[in-house]
Amino acid sequence: MTADVRIWSVEHRFGDFTALHTVDLQIAAGEFIVLLGPSGCGKTTLLSIVGGFLSPSEGRVLIGGEDMTLVAPKDRPTTTMFQDYALFPHMSLEANVGFGLRMRGVGRRERREKALEMLDMVGLADKAARRPHELSGGQRQRVALARALAVSPDVLLLDEPLGALDLKLRRQMQLELKEIQRRVGTTFIHVTHDQEEAMAVADRIVVMNHGRIEQCGTPEEVYLSPRTLFAAGFMGEMNRLPVTPEGSGLASPLGPLALAPQTGALCLRPEDIGLEGDFSLGRARLSEAAFFGSHHRCHFTPLAAPELRLIAHLPQGAHPEIGAEVELFARNPIILPEAAA
Amino acid sequence: MSLERQEKRHGAALVAPALLWAVAFFVLPFAAMVAMSTAKMVGREIVPGPDFGNYIRIFTEPPLTRAIFVSLEITAIVTILSVLLAWPLAWIIATRVPAKWQRLALLLAVLPFWTSYVVRSYSWALVLGEKGIVMNTLVGLHILSEPVQIMATRTATVIGFTHFFVMLLTLTIYSNLVQLSPNYARAAEDLGASRWQVIRLVILPLTLPGVVTGAFLTFVLCIGDYITPQILGGNNELTLPQLIMLQLGRRGDYPMASALSVVLMAMVTLAYAGCARWLKMDRV
Amino acid sequence: MRPRLGSPLAWIYLAAMFTFILLPVITLVVFSFQDGRLPVPPFKGATLDWYAKVLSDRAMMEALGNSLLVAALSAFVSLLLGFLAASGLARVLLPGSVLMRGLLIAPMTVSYLIIALGLLQMFNQIGLRPSLLATGIGHVVINLPLCFAIIYAAIGAHQRNALRAARDLGAAEWQVLLYVAAPMLAPSLAAAYFLAFTFSWDEFIIAFLLTRFDVTLPVEIWSMLRSGLSPETNAVGSLVFLVSVLIVVTLELSIFRKARK
Repeated sequence: MTADVRIWSVEHRFGDFTALHTVDLQIAAGEFIVLLGPSGCGKTTLLSIVGGFLSPSEGRVLIGGEDMTLVAPKDRPTTTMFQDYALFPHMSLEANVGFGLRMRGVGRRERREKALEMLDMVGLADKAARRPHELSGGQRQRVALARALAVSPDVLLLDEPLGALDLKLRRQMQLELKEIQRRVGTTFIHVTHDQEEAMAVADRIVVMNHGRIEQCGTPEEVYLSPRTLFAAGFMGEMNRLPVTPEGSGLASPLGPLALAPQTGALCLRPEDIGLEGDFSLGRARLSEAAFFGSHHRCHFTPLAAPELRLIAHLPQGAHPEIGAEVELFARNPIILPEAAA
Repeated sequence: MSLERQEKRHGAALVAPALLWAVAFFVLPFAAMVAMSTAKMVGREIVPGPDFGNYIRIFTEPPLTRAIFVSLEITAIVTILSVLLAWPLAWIIATRVPAKWQRLALLLAVLPFWTSYVVRSYSWALVLGEKGIVMNTLVGLHILSEPVQIMATRTATVIGFTHFFVMLLTLTIYSNLVQLSPNYARAAEDLGASRWQVIRLVILPLTLPGVVTGAFLTFVLCIGDYITPQILGGNNELTLPQLIMLQLGRRGDYPMASALSVVLMAMVTLAYAGCARWLKMDRV
Repeated sequence: MRPRLGSPLAWIYLAAMFTFILLPVITLVVFSFQDGRLPVPPFKGATLDWYAKVLSDRAMMEALGNSLLVAALSAFVSLLLGFLAASGLARVLLPGSVLMRGLLIAPMTVSYLIIALGLLQMFNQIGLRPSLLATGIGHVVINLPLCFAIIYAAIGAHQRNALRAARDLGAAEWQVLLYVAAPMLAPSLAAAYFLAFTFSWDEFIIAFLLTRFDVTLPVEIWSMLRSGLSPETNAVGSLVFLVSVLIVVTLELSIFRKARK
């Protein structure tokens, strides 16, 4: 059970505040899409519009080719997994998972079978008679997933579903979510503000900010070739240097750089700066270093611009010494226009 | 002395005054009353017991037994009526009135709660009297040809009580309703429940703690109240508290008044035992 | 999306219930201005005579003073005892904590009539005559559970840690209570005090049984009722209502609003 979703020039206003500015998005059937952005970026508003809990001020929502803009949540082929799970505390897990089927008039026996099957899928078949308050956070999350999937929706909407879990559990649940999504083939639209979570689960990430889509692409695309400064900064740590053309190269606070002339911000990921690379960043002093297991996270103060700080990940085997002066190199430069704002 | 012991000593010192007060002016008087209930009136003298004659009389002499049933009947009617009237009111205020006006609507809905109890019963006597505003309107509109006697009947008592407890229950149910995450209703709707099913299968069961708390309070306050039945119901049929006051007033029959009070207390305790499961329940 | 305002049925129900709830109070207030001897329709015109009569009634004014005195003092004692007990019980897990809490809350579930009767008999035995003091003691018995419950509920993990921090920084026990606990719990303390005040101010049966010569206002009103319906009673009732409403509105506008922020 799966369907594609088409969001057509959707705009949403709360009073004077515009939460979404003309958003267009096409989601393929069976895709795992993550809406990523800081709080207030409009991602939850967009999810609510797809789920039918808000009607957009402008635009249309098509699911499986049918216009669903004004269809009530219960009549849409979508189900939502809520941030607080909204498990019914007065019902057993089995009754919770079977609720949607009961509403659809499915008989008791069939309901029970399906509920147990769903609980089994999330590894909780032995707890079918329990009440939600007897479960841990991770288990409740699984029940909420089972309940939402029990009615075989075409599209599952997940509103920060892992937000209430601790880090370790969250990483584990991300894997499970991805696995279950592959198995059932339902289109998943997942909202989060955690970029690592987005990369862990998404087929495509939609980066949002101030009610607009900044970029939409696979995790690699968004991480390696961000299209806006916001997308670049939100997807992970980034060193930024203002640059202007100078002769056949670039002028920067670090001095001239051997790159094609352009105006904007030079963006370098920490792992792209090191003791070797495609072009030189000049000499710098190591001011701080910490060992992170897979790499050393180092702060460098460029000699040409002591007020700046460059963050670089040096390989595990390096032996950074604080105070040492080295020549830094970089690779994979990305130059983006400065944001208008 | 260990640090933990010291902590406990400090804590105990803070609790002690309140506990002493509760023991001296609640437990002791109650014990005295229980003791008194087993005494006996001989002429105008109180003869200490133990003697269970009072209790035997309560359950064998029809006028006394009758009061227990009158009290239970009125309380049951009032509790059920109040819940039935208050739930929709609380629900409408919580879900239909715009958020901006909810506080005001609630304040208005419980405003008379803050009038003095005696005054509130008196004002119902004003309204329900033969020349009162209700009869005046009904006769004026030719719905009734002549005023019907409501005052000094059980109906008047029930109306007076229901008025008070609707307000109380609206408060407890409303506060229960607004604490529920709106996602419960959304989730149920999302899974295909109709509006009525959302209420019946999800919202109603989730407000049960609020309903039971309110109903229990109603029961306790209603069954022990003297003023409302005395002012509105009159002396045609006596409730338990009216009977107790009668024992005190007529001939100072403290033993019988005490025995009746112990019975009253026992009924409340039974009601508590019945509700305890719900009153304490912590729900996720 | 379903419309926010729902069906007209909801609004009809709301209007009907508001009429039911507010009718007696409105009738009470309106006919306190009745220019005539009976507070029933028709309304014969407005006069303040009945208010003048009430305000010049010495017995009534004395009862009012007594009520204010008993309410103010009994609410204060309830608050103090409740505050101390709540901070003690919230602080450490004492052996028998559950039992103590139960004992402190218990009077809430007992009819006032029973409390009054018990006190009456005990006071008879120890020779304490029915008086305002006896009534005040009774009012503390009924209000202590209320104050304790409100304050105890207000002490959460956050407050507990703040109290612990104060002790850690060297505050003596009384300093912790005075400088940290009381200001931190101020909204709950005020709410508890005013609730206790209104409950005592309104209370009838305990005052009825435990006073004799100096009576409180509800008892005085009660004796007025024997003479039947009168706009004068309406006027007293309206005044009492006004005082309670003023307290509630003040609470709503000041403390609760702040507490919610």
